[in-house]
Amino acid sequence: MEATELRARIEDLQAAYAECLDSNRLEQWPEFFTERCIYKIIPYENEALGMPIPLMYGDSRGMLRDRVVAHRNANFFAPHMYRHLIARMRIAGNDHGVVSTFTNYAVYRTMLDPGDYGRSELFSVGVYQDKIVFENGNPLFQEKIVVIDTSQISTLLVTPL
Amino acid sequence: MGASTQIHQTYANGHPAVDPTQVPYRLYTDPELYAREQEQLFRGPTWNYLALEAELAKPGDFRANFIGETPVFITRDQKGELHALVNRCAHRGAIVCREVRGNRKTMVCPYHQWSYDLNGTLRGVPFRRGVNGKGGYAEDFNPAEHSLTPVRIATYRGLVFGTFSDDVAPLPEYLGPAMREHFDTIFNRPIEVLGFSRQLIHGNWKVYAENTKDPYHGSLLHMFHATFGSYRSSQDGGMKVDEQGRNSLIIALKSDEKQELAAYTSESVGSYSKTLKLADPTLLAARPEFDRFSTTIQYIFPNLVVQQISNTLATRQLVPKGVDKFELLVTYFGYRDDDDEMRTMRIKQSNLIGPAGLIALEDGYAVELVQRAVAYDREAHSYIELGGRGTGNDDSLVTESAIRAFWKSYGELMGLRWGGSADGSNGTARAD
Repeated sequence: MEATELRARIEDLQAAYAECLDSNRLEQWPEFFTERCIYKIIPYENEALGMPIPLMYGDSRGMLRDRVVAHRNANFFAPHMYRHLIARMRIAGNDHGVVSTFTNYAVYRTMLDPGDYGRSELFSVGVYQDKIVFENGNPLFQEKIVVIDTSQISTLLVTPL
Repeated sequence: MGASTQIHQTYANGHPAVDPTQVPYRLYTDPELYAREQEQLFRGPTWNYLALEAELAKPGDFRANFIGETPVFITRDQKGELHALVNRCAHRGAIVCREVRGNRKTMVCPYHQWSYDLNGTLRGVPFRRGVNGKGGYAEDFNPAEHSLTPVRIATYRGLVFGTFSDDVAPLPEYLGPAMREHFDTIFNRPIEVLGFSRQLIHGNWKVYAENTKDPYHGSLLHMFHATFGSYRSSQDGGMKVDEQGRNSLIIALKSDEKQELAAYTSESVGSYSKTLKLADPTLLAARPEFDRFSTTIQYIFPNLVVQQISNTLATRQLVPKGVDKFELLVTYFGYRDDDDEMRTMRIKQSNLIGPAGLIALEDGYAVELVQRAVAYDREAHSYIELGGRGTGNDDSLVTESAIRAFWKSYGELMGLRWGGSADGSNGTARAD
């Protein structure tokens, strides 16, 4: 695949991923990952200290599905929506078809509960450290490490970033 | 008339229904009361959790923290001794320690570069004798009189506590035998810090303190295990409260270890599930670690929670940030002798706890639901009579005895007059 096309395909993946979360189609979210995968949200604080504790972690598509099922059926939280702003990614390498990228993001959270309906705040800013592979011609995240600068979570983090 | 005066009068007049079973909501919202808490409670006769010794392993290690809203920092000096100091330069009051953690030989205030040893002793003052014989400090300037304000510290099992009080009971006595015994169990061997999380919760810190003394909400607010049928809530367990009512320990007992283990292994997860089951139960892969219990939540007044949920181990520190806001700083740890599999389990299980915790994230939301509802209704009050009116140990988890004990103890420390219907006994809940 040519460099231009590779970039375009991955940028489309990033955009579709953001749109999936922003439009509350969470059930589709695990489909952006390979069956065995790593999805991890880790505070910059821990990453910088070389400490392993993540806030959210999944190492299979099934575990990501469980997150979504919990989100829909088990967890209680104030209704809200996200809006991702994704900056231009840097392709850091291509190791036998595993493409590494770094992409800055910002997520605004807009509350949808009666007390705060329509109030938006900058909820999380950080960087996606992704590894992308192509399966049947489609790009998928084999690894998505979300290093959040916003180590201090406002209230709670239930919807994936 | 200030809100605080009103409270004084309200209490002095023997206002009815002010007792640990009926807590007026103004206690969550009154800024003057909050200011008094800083003096009488956080800077009063209490021991405040500051750090784990494991965070300050090497000489020169330091970390910034807070006692109430007072900035402090904790150091290990070159001799290996621990110190806690108010984080305020003796010169003009600037913050001296400006990083969350690190390692230094001295601490230098950036404003005028007064430098301090890690025990707080003033070591260097620029232009002390002035320049060309002009300016500078007088001959009788004595650096020894301008050290950083020390905070008295004590440690127990590797937990570092600090106090501003000369009158507070020694730490072991303050903790009490039941709390010490639990520390002896959890901190039974060297630990390794695995990471941190931070959460800003928009509610009064005491709403959260109540939450950690409230076993009633466990399986009702946190529906993860019930939803997936991954864990059968036995309700076996109990509540321990120390003599003063400040500190408490919720213990969920293992009713049947085999059942417990079965519930956590992939083969049988979902066996009691009616509709939903985990697609990947390795999330809950766990090892039995402690003999008698499956979950423990320990609260040490006023700012520490020690939690053990399955194989997740953590301290949670409450840092108040105003009457309607606090930060929850979670420090995750394991043991230094954990094997790789154990370490991996702890990391994976961290999914369950913290700000994104599958069985924990609701707590922040619950606190905010309370704060919002009580904001404009100062005279209304809560109803805290689950399990009777006692304030002592309880052999049930369907009880609010530790919450009543908290308010009783809080009222005493704050000099509020409490009366009413709580019997103050140290007995068990009412008999059925």
